[in-house]
Amino acid sequence: MKFLDITRETCPMTFVKVKLALAKMEKGQELEVILKEGEPLENVPRSCEEQGYQVLSIDACGDGKHRIMIKK
Amino acid sequence: MSESKKDITIVCFSGDFDKILAAFTMATGAAATNRKVTMFFTFWGLNVLKKEQGRKWLGQGVMAKVFNFLMGGCKNLPLSRLNFGGISPSLMTGMMKKHNVATLPELIEAAHALGIRILACEMALHILELERDDLIEEVADVVGVATFLNASENGHIIFV
Repeated sequence: MKFLDITRETCPMTFVKVKLALAKMEKGQELEVILKEGEPLENVPRSCEEQGYQVLSIDACGDGKHRIMIKK
Repeated sequence: MSESKKDITIVCFSGDFDKILAAFTMATGAAATNRKVTMFFTFWGLNVLKKEQGRKWLGQGVMAKVFNFLMGGCKNLPLSRLNFGGISPSLMTGMMKKHNVATLPELIEAAHALGIRILACEMALHILELERDDLIEEVADVVGVATFLNASENGHIIFV
């Protein structure tokens, strides 16, 4: 499983880093992403689903941060 | 799925630091959210694509050499306002780093990694007496307006 923390990133690098991380992964692999609420939370999962990836879970982990699990 | 999303073509006419920053921000954001993106660089925008990032006497004739030297490359892009003799872009880059905003070189690198198609304007290259070899390898093609229009058919065109 791969891990990516984009809580310190700002637009557009939030999406860019997730997209590039997923591009380097094999089909079936999972990516754990920690992101902030607001734009990243609203758009990163949606963008992943558009690419045909599966968003397995979205959990709040306090301090406005969320953990999402994506399966390629 | 992404089929319904329109392609985006960004015309980078300006060679201003801030405008190019906006262009690359939109381009990378669009590509990362599953849109096909083409960036067409013409006139002042070509400075971004020069292999030589600093000032260099490129071209054959005196005028071309002077223009190319004065315009410089990616490291000489001026801020469109409050340029303060050229120091503002580095001040702005410092502020961007402080706030963890991607810098221009980072955005350009991301654009390449995302597979954004980079086109250079044939006519502007001709005027400035630049060759394909004067431009970075990531330039997919040197094209005219017809090719650019074909690439942006049925998509959005953003002029920067």
